Amino acid sequence: MASLVIAEHDNKVLKDATGKTIAAAAQLGGPVHLLVAGSDCGAVADAASKLPGVEKVLVADATEYARMLAEPMAALILSLAPNYTAILAPATTNGKNYLPRVAAKLDVPQVSEILSVESPDTFTRPIYAGNAIQTVQAPAGTKVITVRTTAFKAAEGAGSAAIEKVSAPADPGISKFVGEELSKSERPELTSAKIIISGGRGMQSGDNFHLLDKIADKLHAAVGASRAAVDAGFVPNDYQVGQTGKVVAPELYIAVGISGAIQHLAGMKDSKVIAAINKDEEAPIFQIADYGLVADLFKAIPEMEQELTRLGY
Amino acid sequence: MGNLWGRVFGEGIRTIMKVLVPVKRVIDYNVKARVKADQTGVDLANVKMSMNPFDEIGVEEAIRLKEKGKASEIIAVSIGPQQASETIRTSLAMGADRGILVKADGDVEPLAVAKILKAICDEEQPGLVILGKQAIDDDSNQTGQMLAALLGWPQATFAHTLAIGEGTATVEREVDGGLQTVEIKLPAIVTTDLRLNEPRYASLPNIMKAKKKPVAEKTPADYGVDTVPRLKVLKVTEPPKRVAGVKVKTAAELVDKLKEVGAI
Repeated sequence: MASLVIAEHDNKVLKDATGKTIAAAAQLGGPVHLLVAGSDCGAVADAASKLPGVEKVLVADATEYARMLAEPMAALILSLAPNYTAILAPATTNGKNYLPRVAAKLDVPQVSEILSVESPDTFTRPIYAGNAIQTVQAPAGTKVITVRTTAFKAAEGAGSAAIEKVSAPADPGISKFVGEELSKSERPELTSAKIIISGGRGMQSGDNFHLLDKIADKLHAAVGASRAAVDAGFVPNDYQVGQTGKVVAPELYIAVGISGAIQHLAGMKDSKVIAAINKDEEAPIFQIADYGLVADLFKAIPEMEQELTRLGY
Repeated sequence: MGNLWGRVFGEGIRTIMKVLVPVKRVIDYNVKARVKADQTGVDLANVKMSMNPFDEIGVEEAIRLKEKGKASEIIAVSIGPQQASETIRTSLAMGADRGILVKADGDVEPLAVAKILKAICDEEQPGLVILGKQAIDDDSNQTGQMLAALLGWPQATFAHTLAIGEGTATVEREVDGGLQTVEIKLPAIVTTDLRLNEPRYASLPNIMKAKKKPVAEKTPADYGVDTVPRLKVLKVTEPPKRVAGVKVKTAAELVDKLKEVGAI
């Protein structure tokens, strides 16, 4: 039977996390259906239908799905669950919020943040902040899975899935969206950026993050931060990379003034190339960096910017 | 439930809300977990154990609600081995009023924990349950949501701020793009994120007082819950190791290297 993947989107744009979750679902064997639950989300459904590897796109377009609140989302997914042997969502704050409700109502354990599919019922997942990797076998019954999207690569190419409307079950009516404060940025999102430059406590102030902005602009990079920098109030929490923040795995991660606490490393150590700039040559970040520069960042970052300019970036 | 709460609030008995705070005994967050050589799990022998940090934030938030007159009683619940009574005592020393220890050896999965907590909620009828968003051992991030589903209650996960209103809670949540505010009807489930508060240290007099607070001892069977794990752990291994690369001398050299390997 088929797998159901829950699409990540903001009613306008389909997020990369969706394609990566589809890649995980594809490894279970069997067809993959994609659920787009949103409000005025026609553009997302159209984009979803063009993803490779999707047999059918189910669209639930109703106001209660506009913000993907857990209660109506879980009710919707449960109404579709009998048709599927596996239900997968990306391990975004949305997926982590609604999916365990589905698992509980189906009376099955959820397998959280899988890193790989070993077989249709066996998966690996990180535990202890990524200091250990567990291989687990799920019991018979529906597999309910969240996917660590950095561990999967979306398939390339184009598809042409049929779009089918699904009716929305009654909204439980016990929760409502009040408002949101989203960080506005012209830069790519942390979880999908090819390059990330992050600052730590060594940045000394929020203002100094502008130094990183200049490099980020040249490299089309996202700007991140360590928990120490967030806790010090330099930047908002949604900048945070680490076990308690976002887990990222870009092509290049540049750690600036970050010592490399375990919890930070857990969020970025799967990056393809890691560069680190820190004035303390004993900083643990150098133990995992491919390229390390022991230097005062306030001198090194402007020099880096100059060199990038010289090279035409 | 909505009607019942409407009636209770309508009669002006607003501060009778009990708050339940589930607390888990886990490896101390400063200790690096070591995988056992036989790949059966993580070595916890002679390792410092503490309250899950996210749960500590939950206890603190409950105490603050009580200090503001929004909660009448705080019940700390732990499901785990006998030593989990220490975790309950820590909660009591911080300011919780009484404890329930549900003794269970070995791993108890989030779904089984949620089932036990549901049974306790049925008995205790709390207005709010505040849990950590995840435990730092299994990193599942499921229990609060599962409990909410089993009870049919709303949930506000990853709480950044919490305000109790008239039969509702307004919660700012830490989401991927920033902050989202939701309003949920009570009774409800809230799970904590790191910035909700900074937990207090228990004072010595409070540690002494906590020793006299009641802790009931139960078993999963008392609640009719089977705690045999449903996920089979086939093995636990070390993550792939990265090795240190090269040191460069200047920022310009760093840029050149990154260009050379096609990283920029």
